[in-house]
Amino acid sequence: MELPARSVKRDRLARLASAYGQELVVLGAVLVLMAVVGTVNHRFLSDTNLNSVFSGNAYIAVAAIGMSMVIITGNIDVSVGALIGVLATIAGTLATRGYPVWLAWGVPLVVGMAVNAAVGVLVAYARIPAIVVTLGVLSILRGGLISATGGKWITDLPPAFRAAQARLFGVPSPVYVAAVLTVLAALWMRYSSLGRAIYAVGGNAEAARAAGIRTRAMVVFVFAVHGFFAGIASVLFATQLQVIQSTVPPNLELSIITASVIGGVSILGGTGTVIGSTLAALLFSEIASALIFLNVSAYWLRAVLGLLILGTVLADMARRRRKGRLAP
Amino acid sequence: MKVDVRSLFRHETVLAILAVLTLAVLAHQHEAFFTADNLLNQGRLAAELGLVSLTMTFVIVTGGIDLSVGSILGLGAILVGVFWKNLGLPLPLAMVLTVLVGGLAGLGNGLIITRFRVPPLIATLATLALYRGLAEGISKSRSVRGYPEWFFRLGQGDVAGVPTQVWILAAAALLAAVVLGRTTFGRATYALGANETAARFSGVAVDRTKLLIYTGSGLASGLAAVIFVSRVSTTRSDMGTGLELDAVTAVVLGGTSIFGGRGTIVGTVLGLVLIQALRNGLALAGVKGDGTIVVIGAVLILAILVSNFVGREGDG
Repeated sequence: MELPARSVKRDRLARLASAYGQELVVLGAVLVLMAVVGTVNHRFLSDTNLNSVFSGNAYIAVAAIGMSMVIITGNIDVSVGALIGVLATIAGTLATRGYPVWLAWGVPLVVGMAVNAAVGVLVAYARIPAIVVTLGVLSILRGGLISATGGKWITDLPPAFRAAQARLFGVPSPVYVAAVLTVLAALWMRYSSLGRAIYAVGGNAEAARAAGIRTRAMVVFVFAVHGFFAGIASVLFATQLQVIQSTVPPNLELSIITASVIGGVSILGGTGTVIGSTLAALLFSEIASALIFLNVSAYWLRAVLGLLILGTVLADMARRRRKGRLAP
Repeated sequence: MKVDVRSLFRHETVLAILAVLTLAVLAHQHEAFFTADNLLNQGRLAAELGLVSLTMTFVIVTGGIDLSVGSILGLGAILVGVFWKNLGLPLPLAMVLTVLVGGLAGLGNGLIITRFRVPPLIATLATLALYRGLAEGISKSRSVRGYPEWFFRLGQGDVAGVPTQVWILAAAALLAAVVLGRTTFGRATYALGANETAARFSGVAVDRTKLLIYTGSGLASGLAAVIFVSRVSTTRSDMGTGLELDAVTAVVLGGTSIFGGRGTIVGTVLGLVLIQALRNGLALAGVKGDGTIVVIGAVLILAILVSNFVGREGDG
């Protein structure tokens, strides 16, 4: 049966809207907020402020790419904040001890992959739930970091090391890193067979196994990839300032998980994209900046973020339920 | 079901042996450890985490999780000061109101989870940010001090030679054990954790049970907040940060399955004893506070690993 062209087009639009529903919601929120706050206060749209909005949470966006993959397989990682702290300290220590810069940047990626591959083995082969393993790893890393550094900050970082402060065409480098990694990861997850397997494992592990996917190895692999992204995030985090503190922002792991979830990754596994999580990370830093420009006390930032998260989650559940009623 | 109960006992046995070993080694190494003074003081330090862990056991047995407990504690701590100093309410009323607000916050979690079918992890992740945000917004980094002397009897005083909050914790543990192990409500909790759909069809009031449990979790966090303020004599909006993960650690270490359906209060209490003994013992051995959480993390993973192996033998 031939369908009129217009209906096909509308159909395609509808499919796009339903496939990327949450991403579109978050993108809409980013744009609306930008327009509203920009109207109230023009300086919100100045180059300086936009640069800081876009680069401020770039490391969270990068970490959320790996986190999204982990959540899509139906697992979770609450230790990534502590891991980023440890990796940043490793990078800074190498840099200040005179090792070449590429080594200071590269070692965290390798260590991140190794640590999280071990987590993946415990999850997939020892069958310990991911939240339990990563709770334990969180304690180990956080405690280990503070006892190793004694809470001291790393100073005297060589200028060549501070990658996150570099600019290209006036735009801070973390923006490029986050954007490029997001696009590459999104394409890889959508079009490569390995990327599709991530969704298969999270959607229905039994079916994935029947289809010939080695689900356990896949979980280890995804955790390792997540560790790789955590490594990149830690380099961005470590090189954004003149010093590296021995602590990361409190609840960093929860911010990263929140970015994934608000971006549309279902905590039940099987669905979501990294485009959504990156947009969500951007939205968070935009809100933080908007509050300043709207003269709202910074003390209320987290309450506003909390309300926003809650609103998004409830809207998402309502949307899902509507969809569920159409096709149970 | 029988296998479940058996492997459950096995986990608690593993844990009890681990706890006794730890206590024995610590007592052997440090004369200061096995003194009544030190042990009671450890009970004092563990009371807030203990209260929250008891209700967290119920939450996790239902297959849920409550990540907002630390934030509710922070909000509660701020509210004690605000109700009393800024609103001029009598302190006893301020304390009661704080506990009630904690319950309200928990009820909020429960409503989001039951009415909107939001997975508990997500719901309480959102309220973790919201409640902590409210604490920060209300307090604006100002702390309230200067409480009357009698108030400190709760967190720093003794009753019959035992710290006040240890009595509260013991009573709460007993109550929790009876409710979870011996009442219809407890059976309903296990039933809905093991298989929610089956529980619903068997006539278990699933939503009401969950609402009560999350409200209870909030109440416990509010009570812990009052005790915390009384123990440290001041309020700050960052109090209780990370408490949620400590409580989950204690509960899971105690043998409660993170997937729901099984777990006991006895196990949680053993988990608490082990965690607090490790903290104290390592501190006595000169390991700094942060080194001890490394050990706790390692013990958590090892305990689950061992009991998994033991449990699987039982299944086979």
